[in-house]
Amino acid sequence: MSEVKNILLVGVGGQGTILASKILSTGLVEAGYDVKMSEVHGMAQRGGSVTTQVRYGAKVFSPIIDKGEADILVAFEKMEALRWLEYLKPTGKVIVNDFKIASAPILMGKAEYPEGVLGILQENVDTTVLNASEIAEGLGNVKAMNIVLFGAMVKAMGLTDIAWEKVIADNVKPKFVEMNINAFNVGMTANTK
Amino acid sequence: MKHLLTGNEAVTRGAYEASIAYASAYPGTPSTEILENLAEHKDIIAEWAPNEKVAMEAAIGASIAGARSLAAMKMVGVNVAADPLLSFAYSGVNGGMVLISADDPGLHSSQNEQDNRYYAKFAKIAMLEPSDSQESKDMIVAAMEISEKYGTPVLFRMTTRICHSKSIVEFGERQQAAKKPYVKNLQKYYLVPAISRNLHVILEGRLKALEAFSNETPLNFIQWNDKKIGIISAGAAYQYAQEVFGTTASYLKIGFSYPLPMEKIRAFAQEVETLYVIEELEPFMEEQIKAAGIACIGKEKIPNCGELNPEIIRKVLLGVENTLIECDSSLVPSRPPILCAGCPHRGFFYEVAKVKNVMISGDIGCYGLAGADPLNSIDSTICMGASSSIGHGAQKIFNKFNENMRVIATMGDSTFFHTGINSLLNVAYNKSNIITCILDNRITGMTGHQENPGTGFTLQGMPTKIIDIPEVVKSIGIDHIKVINPLNLKAVKEALDWAIALDEPSVIITRWPCVLKKQSAKDKKEFGDYMGSCIVDEEKCIGCRVCIKTGCPALCFNKETKTVKIDVGQCVGCEVCLQVCPVKAISKVGE
Repeated sequence: MSEVKNILLVGVGGQGTILASKILSTGLVEAGYDVKMSEVHGMAQRGGSVTTQVRYGAKVFSPIIDKGEADILVAFEKMEALRWLEYLKPTGKVIVNDFKIASAPILMGKAEYPEGVLGILQENVDTTVLNASEIAEGLGNVKAMNIVLFGAMVKAMGLTDIAWEKVIADNVKPKFVEMNINAFNVGMTANTK
Repeated sequence: MKHLLTGNEAVTRGAYEASIAYASAYPGTPSTEILENLAEHKDIIAEWAPNEKVAMEAAIGASIAGARSLAAMKMVGVNVAADPLLSFAYSGVNGGMVLISADDPGLHSSQNEQDNRYYAKFAKIAMLEPSDSQESKDMIVAAMEISEKYGTPVLFRMTTRICHSKSIVEFGERQQAAKKPYVKNLQKYYLVPAISRNLHVILEGRLKALEAFSNETPLNFIQWNDKKIGIISAGAAYQYAQEVFGTTASYLKIGFSYPLPMEKIRAFAQEVETLYVIEELEPFMEEQIKAAGIACIGKEKIPNCGELNPEIIRKVLLGVENTLIECDSSLVPSRPPILCAGCPHRGFFYEVAKVKNVMISGDIGCYGLAGADPLNSIDSTICMGASSSIGHGAQKIFNKFNENMRVIATMGDSTFFHTGINSLLNVAYNKSNIITCILDNRITGMTGHQENPGTGFTLQGMPTKIIDIPEVVKSIGIDHIKVINPLNLKAVKEALDWAIALDEPSVIITRWPCVLKKQSAKDKKEFGDYMGSCIVDEEKCIGCRVCIKTGCPALCFNKETKTVKIDVGQCVGCEVCLQVCPVKAISKVGE
């Protein structure tokens, strides 16, 4: 179905892709789209590679995104962007957090963290690199990194008409609302494309 | 009002709308959130059972007493609950009863990939299969009506993608289903041979009536489009089929999938040129359709291994593949799940791995991750509660054939209560000298921190009796018991040496809370405030990487400086690395 859009969020278990995808899907439903979203639970969450898949449009059937079908890939960790790159459309966009988390084989010295991940991405696809963790830290909480990336994604997908600030306010604790809205706005402007 | 819900959340809403009065479950991915969400409804009795058989039986009891009831479990849990399931099918229900089986195609978090639809055929009961969250809600309501109308327990078959995918749900009104009176009825509930012979005949009649219903119900419906291709599908596969074929094919969507609506299928087949049966995992529908003499194409094209998706269907049925970005992703190292920094299992398995001439019989839980690099300290993991019983059988054979091998069985606290108790009974009764280790981390860990009989709290977080593991072990008949702190490597080693020296069964209980557990007041009192962080003195570090062999994700070896660094963001100060360092280069901050 051509009008269906596909957003793939990837990261490492415990990085908090869940909140970003919750805000995203809530806003999309309020904007009147049919939405389906699929997440990984259980074993993989223990530090493994995790994905959240969000699909929206007039009518969505499958809750999962096939290889070569994502319109945008948002990577919370940069090696994960490369792992999931084949899920992106050749004309799709990547938003990548310039942030490394070594996996078990790397920690044990059995594998190397891949060199030049950002370069590989930039050579192959429309890539926006953000240092979302540093930006979030500057705003007062490194955990708001997910909302910075979310803001950049909203801009890239042309979803700026949705009342995101309200959705954010409805979905985070009152004391974190202002900081998260700041993170969202910084993310929106950080993505200059 | 539109709600974006997972299938599990939608089932909860359905249970509320259908006035279900009692629900019981044992946690298991992907089913766990059903009971967690039900716990929020004050007028539904919702409970964690120690295992799936008990959950099923408790739900059966509620049904016999006259209330609507539900049991939920992952697919392998139904194996545990199969005994009451197959016999309750003979009795039939009083209040409506639903068994939710959450299957895991693709083994996202499971030990096998079994297709539980066969249980409906095996037990001769009705089956419903939702294909999104709206249906997950609506079909629970329908299941209750079908259950009470025909007297059948209903198998409600979900899969990971239905349980854990969110889609839009519109709520309905709550039904006021009155509790039915309890009536003593030996001819129905007293399963002795003379009565069951008769009940079997009644069961066959009920199946005939259910098949007639299957042919009539709008739960099985046809969408006519182009008639060149006809597709019969159910569950998540139905969504994938529509994703691929859109309006270029006609569909017979099966929501009530046992007994199958064979008349409707035959009529549909006659109208279309080519008939595909698109189903995930086994050829459950295809076999029955072919047995009815209806030609169709199914598993000769669509694989029965792994999770299905639109990509596979597109490729095998249409020969079409998406264009992908060409990029060598082989240089990306794997990112397997690992034991958390500060996990109490780490210290225990680090020492177990050093013991020579042992078979380590594992079990189902986070500690299964100790089988991977670098701990490599598990030989087998088969099913829940099996570590001790498999270990017992193996030890008996090692002893009989004079092989110099000992068995160490490892299971968690929740696994012990699940079926580990029975396995340990066998060890005591039949006297094998295996070493059973109960890794008591004070919570059900892998599924996301559910209470169990040892934690002192119910599903709703209300205080309850704490079942004391050492006392249970003692009363089972084990004479040699030690309770230790698994983060104290010396204590672990001494306990293992002590147990290996014994020629009788022994039990080592490692008692320390899961690092992710929200600690109760009682936990804080018992374990104290041990959280902190460790630091490496780079001057002292000789780069031997012994600490790295504990597999802690907070430790990282820097190849340039040839020293180890600790990520303070992850480290909780468990001190396992500190104890293994041969040059005392690691210390706890502030000590």
